[in-house]
Amino acid sequence: MKSKRIKVNYLARVEGEGALYIKFKNGSVRDVKFKIFEPPRFFEAFLRGRTYNEASDITARICGICPIAYQMSAVHAMENGFGITVNGQLRALRRLIYCGEWIESHALHIYMLHAPDFLGYPDAIHMAKDYPEIVRRGLQLKKVGNEIVSLLGGREIHPINVQVGGFYKVPARNELEEIKEKLKQARDDALETVRWTAKFSFPDFERDYEFVSLRHPDEYPFNEGRLASNKGLNISIQDYDNTFTEEHVPHSNALHSVHKERGAYFVGPLARYNLNFDRLTPLAQDAARSAGLLPQCHNPFQSIIVRSVEVLYACDEALRIIDQYEKPEMPSVCVEPREMTGYGCTEAPRGILYHRYRVDGEGVIMDAKIVPPTAQNQKTIENDLWHFIPKNIDTPEEKLTLQCEQAIRNYDPCISCATHFLKLHIDRE
Amino acid sequence: MTTIKKPKLAVWKFASCDGCQLSLLDCEDELLTVASKIDIANFLEASRRVVKGPYDISLVEGSITTPHDQKRIRQIRKKSKYLVTIGACATAGGIQALRNFRNVDDFISIVYANPQYIETLETSTPISSHVHVDFELRGCPINKQQLIEVLSAFLFGRKPNIPPHSVCIECKRRGTVCVMVANGTPCLGPVTHAGCNAICPSYCRGCYGCYGPKETPNTTSLSTWFSEQGVKKEDIVRSFRTFNAYAEAFRKESIAHEE
Repeated sequence: MKSKRIKVNYLARVEGEGALYIKFKNGSVRDVKFKIFEPPRFFEAFLRGRTYNEASDITARICGICPIAYQMSAVHAMENGFGITVNGQLRALRRLIYCGEWIESHALHIYMLHAPDFLGYPDAIHMAKDYPEIVRRGLQLKKVGNEIVSLLGGREIHPINVQVGGFYKVPARNELEEIKEKLKQARDDALETVRWTAKFSFPDFERDYEFVSLRHPDEYPFNEGRLASNKGLNISIQDYDNTFTEEHVPHSNALHSVHKERGAYFVGPLARYNLNFDRLTPLAQDAARSAGLLPQCHNPFQSIIVRSVEVLYACDEALRIIDQYEKPEMPSVCVEPREMTGYGCTEAPRGILYHRYRVDGEGVIMDAKIVPPTAQNQKTIENDLWHFIPKNIDTPEEKLTLQCEQAIRNYDPCISCATHFLKLHIDRE
Repeated sequence: MTTIKKPKLAVWKFASCDGCQLSLLDCEDELLTVASKIDIANFLEASRRVVKGPYDISLVEGSITTPHDQKRIRQIRKKSKYLVTIGACATAGGIQALRNFRNVDDFISIVYANPQYIETLETSTPISSHVHVDFELRGCPINKQQLIEVLSAFLFGRKPNIPPHSVCIECKRRGTVCVMVANGTPCLGPVTHAGCNAICPSYCRGCYGCYGPKETPNTTSLSTWFSEQGVKKEDIVRSFRTFNAYAEAFRKESIAHEE
């Protein structure tokens, strides 16, 4: 009999139809629900019985915006279980493809999904009528990110070149050289993006969050590190399930992830920045300081500046990797399946993405667990609204609705489509 | 001077990953031009602005998996002059159609602690199982150039130029050496619909069929070749059972090899 407490349980469900429900009584907030209605797709269930090397292509389909994140967490979990380490240029290429995804995904969110909130437009296309050069700059940045993913991955959405042990094919040095000039331009554009977003006006809103991200001895984190927080967390990836748990609440098809003792926590660019400012390149650190950001930033509305700083970092890092690139002899290292449990956690554009697989001696998946960043942020998003709304209780309804949407989009909940579907119901008693 | 009324475009999402509608935003060079010719009247991934129907073209992403979505697709059909499905979910049921081969209650209890909160159908089905579809654009994900081609074809009232032949033809066109002949790598290219420009073989990998079956695919013959090359039965089932598992030709072939 299958137990109802199987630890594999919860489905990685990300973007989709979401709604917000807020209830007031006597001028105070009585209920806040950020609902996700995206229909369940049962990835963790149908991964059972698939082979270890299919996990990266299958889980990529959870999200068309950050497929690399799913592929990276899947292959690292498998390699962890099989006791394989991917080093040298293959490791560097994985960082490079992740740089591409961060640039593409962040540029999409900054320019097309979040900036219209600050400037008062329904979308980037309307914004382009007044700011054509700025929107073009954003599209250009996004395109460079996509070009990196396409070059290494074959295409920008659901790339095909990633596998356990490395890649199917690796590029020649001159193929990477071709993208260098564009990346230099992108780095300039990213710097302009930091300056541009720094000029927006931000609600005065800070909370004492528990920020959780990977922390690596000498890199700004993508694929490796320990899980750390500003409240003393310092664990290996294997200890994720001992530290965090997921709750299934009636109003959401996504699961709320919480720290077992301390409750809600915060993942994503702001968490990475707060925990890893010292690992940014000097260029990115200087840009952040010039934009008025301190190494600590607790205002989620300013995440748009932090996202821009990360785009700048990703351009810088991509150029460094390309400069030091030499084509490896083999596109992948040898993999010998064995019975195992493997753990992987990487930094998706929106925050940590955890995968765990149990595989039998033939390399067939027995069970799988996936925790996407949006599930981890969901409770923090609701808590933000609990705190934000009382401060702005007298704001006219239309403006308050917009501000609540903006507060949700601070987290870039996978493509923000959940929040674009947002219907605000305000009950005033 | 008269202003010409721009045709109205709507983009709708059902069970899916958002990748196919993202393809529209990934047209970085064309997006602002497209937006100047078409009124993007309903596209929630990109805009808060919603203009009421009817719409000249509806692009539909995702498959039907809930009772609510069964009703919603009928309403969308009513207010759309042309309805075009984009991607493997909308066209074949997507990866989530793997539930169609199993018991969905088992799936729910594997994933969710409180199954009573979950409302879902037993199957994941393509849009064409529910309403009339004017054109199906394939792929997981779709090819953004093909999307532009389909949009312009409908705007100008002509047939989209989307060849239904196999991925093999694309390999020959781009001069990729056959991975199956040269390396013995199993490849679904001979039975898979063109459109991606044969990416996988150009990366030394066999096609995994993400564009679904081509017209008149001979899947039985391909499976025989796979067997002769030593591919195990369960791996033949797996290879036909991915993102287009419920497309008829792939479905039949996978069932034929199931013990």
